[in-house]
Amino acid sequence: MQFKGRDVISIRDFTKKEILHILDTAKYFDSGNYKEHMQGKIMASLFFEPSTRTQLSFGTAMKRLGGKVISVSDPSTTSVAKGETLFDTISMVDRYADIIVMRHPVEGASRFAAEAAQKPVINGGDGANQHPTQTCLDLFTIQKAFGKIDGLKIGFVGDLKYGRTVHSLATALTHFKTEMMFVAPETLAMPKEYLDELDSKKIKYTVTEKIEDIINDVDVLYVTRIQKERFPDPMDYEKVKGVYIIKKKLLKNAKKTMRIMHPLPRVDEIAPEIDQTPHAIYFEQAGNGIPIRQALICLVSGVIE
Amino acid sequence: MKEFKISAIKEGTVIDHIPADQTFKVAQILRLGQYDDVLTVATNLKSGKMGKKGIVKIGGKFLTDKEVNKIALIAPSATVSIIKNYKVEGKQIVKIPDELDNIALCINPNCITNHTEMKTLFTVVGGKPVKARCHYCERCIDTSELEIK
Repeated sequence: MQFKGRDVISIRDFTKKEILHILDTAKYFDSGNYKEHMQGKIMASLFFEPSTRTQLSFGTAMKRLGGKVISVSDPSTTSVAKGETLFDTISMVDRYADIIVMRHPVEGASRFAAEAAQKPVINGGDGANQHPTQTCLDLFTIQKAFGKIDGLKIGFVGDLKYGRTVHSLATALTHFKTEMMFVAPETLAMPKEYLDELDSKKIKYTVTEKIEDIINDVDVLYVTRIQKERFPDPMDYEKVKGVYIIKKKLLKNAKKTMRIMHPLPRVDEIAPEIDQTPHAIYFEQAGNGIPIRQALICLVSGVIE
Repeated sequence: MKEFKISAIKEGTVIDHIPADQTFKVAQILRLGQYDDVLTVATNLKSGKMGKKGIVKIGGKFLTDKEVNKIALIAPSATVSIIKNYKVEGKQIVKIPDELDNIALCINPNCITNHTEMKTLFTVVGGKPVKARCHYCERCIDTSELEIK
């Protein structure tokens, strides 16, 4: 298994063995290891699109590893605003930093940046396409909560059409023996190409519009936000908003061990009354972004194997 | 109605068994609009197997593998014969390749390939109809929907 010098662009680029190795490495950091593996190294954090968790957690991860961070979080203050191409920006940053983390609104921009750069590039999200470090931390959260991923029933609810975290996680879960359940209104249903992929890999799944159909059966409920701006007709939004709000009442007969995840930010899809129940692990999930990103930074930098 | 035979070419390429509605597209992707040697483009010809078919005969030109790959995308049923001295000297296999290297445009308007001057690349993932995944935005697209470069 070779990680040194690799880019982290898409979860599709990694085998099951490699994904499990990333999770194992994250476990090492999660157990409180603060050794300064990245001392003397610099990470360029290029965020061409707003981000809270991803940018902060990458910065925290690098600093905990003893490294330094240079960053762009407002492209309007850079040469990009003067018309500099992405290729030129990356070629320049490649000479300043030892590792590059990038979020960009255009899909495939991270792959293109990785081809332009000699140093490892980590994708912090490219449009509606991929967010591989989120997927790794989602898998890590599931593994940490249950001690395994195989054998679990994982329900996805909300915007399954545009949600990149859902697509990437479902793709990653095809490496494992899970059953997936997709709950969404017809207008925001899981795209056919992902269901075709599950069919071709003989992964068991169900599709429904009613959360009640699955709520008592799932081990993990992965909730996503339904965004108003996704609906061309505001009436359609009004019809579905609030349909999938997770409240205590809904969980009455859910498994006691059932865990609720959310990539955050949430608006109102999970009622605050859930936060204090053992079901809620979404803040822990956000916290898991640190060890996962520490692991990926160290692995691709070659400072640990 | 009297039927006329399409005249033979001495040297060049004959692309036969093109679905009738794709005949002019084949000529277009081979950029034959300004071609200055013998060129025959015929369509809606009777075909036992296909009902109607098209045929393109290009005098003095042999196709590159890349050109044959382009034809495979829009007319997988086509046959490509190499003609030398009025005889068929060989056939080129019309098969969608495993990778489409800079021969088609991505249909996703938010794909980086539509925002930057760069090459495109697709990996053919199979299926019916045949689908290909963009190397950059990872969108899975029916090859018949791809616009040829």
